[in-house]
Amino acid sequence: MTDSNIGFDLGRILGILGDVPVQAALAPDATPTFVVGREHLSKVFELLRYEAGFETATFVTGVDHHPATPRFEVCWQFLSLAFNERVRLSTRIEADDAVVPTSTHLWPGNAFSERECYDMFGIRFEGHEDLRRLLMPEEYGHHPLRKDFPHHGIEPDRLYREWDARRRAEPADAN
Amino acid sequence: MGSLKEVEAAASEGFFATRVDALVNWGRKNSLWPMPLGLSCCGIELMAMIGPKFDISRFGAEAARFSPRQCDLMIVAGTLTWKMAEACRTIYDQMPDPKWVIAMGVCSSSGGMYDSYAVVQGVDSILPVDVYVPGCPPRPDAVIDAMLKLQKRIERESPTKRLFSGPEDVDDRGTGKRTYAPNDAVPGAIQHTGPSRAGDAQ
Amino acid sequence: MTTTRTFEYGSAPDVQDDPLHGETMELNMGPQHPATHGVLRLVVELDGEVMKSVDPVVGYLHRGKEKTCESLGWAKFFPHTDRLDYVQPLMNNVAYAMALEKLAGLELPERAEVIRVLLMEVSRIAAHLIYLGTTAIDLGAISMFFASFKEREKIYSILDAYTGHRMNNTYVRIGGVYSDVEGNVERMLREFLEQFPAQIDEYETMLTGNRIWYDRNRNVGIIGTDEALAWSLSGPNLRASGCEWDLRKTQPYCGYDEYDFEVPVGTVGDCYDRYLVRIEEMRQSTHIALQALDRLQETRGQDVLIEDRRYVLPPKGKVHTSMEELIYQFKIVTDLRLPAGQTYSGIESSKGELGFFVVSDGTSSPVRCHIRAPGLMNVQAIPLLAQGRLLSDMVALIGSLDFVMGEVDR
Repeated sequence: MTDSNIGFDLGRILGILGDVPVQAALAPDATPTFVVGREHLSKVFELLRYEAGFETATFVTGVDHHPATPRFEVCWQFLSLAFNERVRLSTRIEADDAVVPTSTHLWPGNAFSERECYDMFGIRFEGHEDLRRLLMPEEYGHHPLRKDFPHHGIEPDRLYREWDARRRAEPADAN
Repeated sequence: MGSLKEVEAAASEGFFATRVDALVNWGRKNSLWPMPLGLSCCGIELMAMIGPKFDISRFGAEAARFSPRQCDLMIVAGTLTWKMAEACRTIYDQMPDPKWVIAMGVCSSSGGMYDSYAVVQGVDSILPVDVYVPGCPPRPDAVIDAMLKLQKRIERESPTKRLFSGPEDVDDRGTGKRTYAPNDAVPGAIQHTGPSRAGDAQ
Repeated sequence: MTTTRTFEYGSAPDVQDDPLHGETMELNMGPQHPATHGVLRLVVELDGEVMKSVDPVVGYLHRGKEKTCESLGWAKFFPHTDRLDYVQPLMNNVAYAMALEKLAGLELPERAEVIRVLLMEVSRIAAHLIYLGTTAIDLGAISMFFASFKEREKIYSILDAYTGHRMNNTYVRIGGVYSDVEGNVERMLREFLEQFPAQIDEYETMLTGNRIWYDRNRNVGIIGTDEALAWSLSGPNLRASGCEWDLRKTQPYCGYDEYDFEVPVGTVGDCYDRYLVRIEEMRQSTHIALQALDRLQETRGQDVLIEDRRYVLPPKGKVHTSMEELIYQFKIVTDLRLPAGQTYSGIESSKGELGFFVVSDGTSSPVRCHIRAPGLMNVQAIPLLAQGRLLSDMVALIGSLDFVMGEVDR
């Protein structure tokens, strides 16, 4: 396997992050990974966007570590075309306080990813202009990717059956 | 209504009626205009079937109108999710009679490889299906085979009988017929409820 | 009494005179629509013919793949990856396999990588053919659909002969590909690739200089490089804006740095440029695939699958006769473990950067498998590009952004 993601420079980004307390590591895919506390996230976003040259975001997602605590881990990955580097950022939050700041003011392309995170895990993104469900119907009521949500779902046909009942209750028209 | 019943009996079993049946069925089976409900990967094979190599226009079926009001054969090609189920049922209801449904692929036949929280375990949970085509995706040849089987089935229908029967006698209008028996063998299995029949208290 | 008024385009009457002015209409381009390329719902707010805002509603094909990976396990998830971007199944297989191989720290034999490159480039051609066929038929060039499906059928025949199925092949495994390329397949591939550039010329004759095609696509949906990057666009959508970023060149994988090819880059960033970029990419893919075929001859005799019995099934004959292989088979099928850690692996798919973010805790039960789908970002860009344009441009936009709902919704 060719060594494609060669020598991502941990030092450069650490220097830019300055005195923000982070846990830095190099992942198996040779990507620098930083774990920060939630309170520093907004600042780190700005530093990465404007100082470190990460023009584009690759993904925003959540990981459920249930039953370990803190339960949720929210991960962001960014890509810098100028420096040909990737960086991964993550934070751990509790289930009953699952709020993190949004990054859509810096990378508008994260809008859908944050909505999906909210839909699948219930993690709220503070400052997101339009935080509603993306993949499941609005009235779904569950967060499917949580570890305590069963694979087969809970009443998967509930919304359809309700719609079907309403439809049959209406007088027959020239449909 | 007595005299009408006699007429009905004569009309539906006599020589004339069966000839009219044959003519009407011949016309219907050779002009099955599909309503391609291309939901996912099977949709690509459906497009290949309409394409030049497999060419369903040989069977009179190339008029794949996307408006359900102009179609008579609904090919459910792909995975149906519960979010999409309402739209799918609405489209089926908008199709005028006579209408047939082919469940193309395992996802629409039985949920396929997806036994998850979002996937309908077979489109027959919400609509009556005439032909099931297994495959993931089935080769276009397999779907054409399904259409030919459907054509044979259409040959055996009796349209003239329908002319004299009132709406309450037609029990397949807008309801799916399959009901799942409770799955006692598998502990913790989700009990799928079947679609309601006309007149069920819901 | 009749009154006649003459309007010039662009000169609207005064608000007080026109009772309809200012009312917008909400149009639902529902989940079932010929031009939405799958089950995408667009709620369009229209002022006459002009789109004021668009709200894409996705999720009509959400099958719960990421949850399924957690339930199934690493190796059993391969068939599900095919069905993500289902017009290029083998490309998704490779992306997923690469993520797992990175986590496990595996090196592949050269022949395995050559076959992967070959399959990926043929898949890229097939995916761009779908783009051409469906976008053209949506804009009225109906014969283009049949022409592109004619070529796709040739690719299907080749894949049928090699992998056993036309699409959704699932031919890639952790550590290589399932089995080697036989001589017949090489011959079929070479025949196809040698006649394909002439077909592309035919498509260009039909479309590139075509007045109608040009007018429907030129200056429609313009996006600049900075904006495209901020909106996480990648692939041909980004390159058409003028940004020369191709993961096969900048972060090479599978030996792509040893192939000679060029990366087409646009200038204006409109639908027409995206079309030109994809046409040229098909030519370059043909060139890469022919080089891969030559390298197949050079690497003849090498393995196509590593023999690491932690991840790769032993040959079936040995499983039935030897105890050791039987135990390996049992362990791999029931209890495949990857080392603990987090990995991301991104490849250059036909739609953009397709990546898998896998999180493992060292057990056989995956913690997380997130699929970074380029299609989701492409759908996200629809409101941005549709703002202020006419409704008929929506069809051109959807086609040129080129997304597949299987990967958007997962």
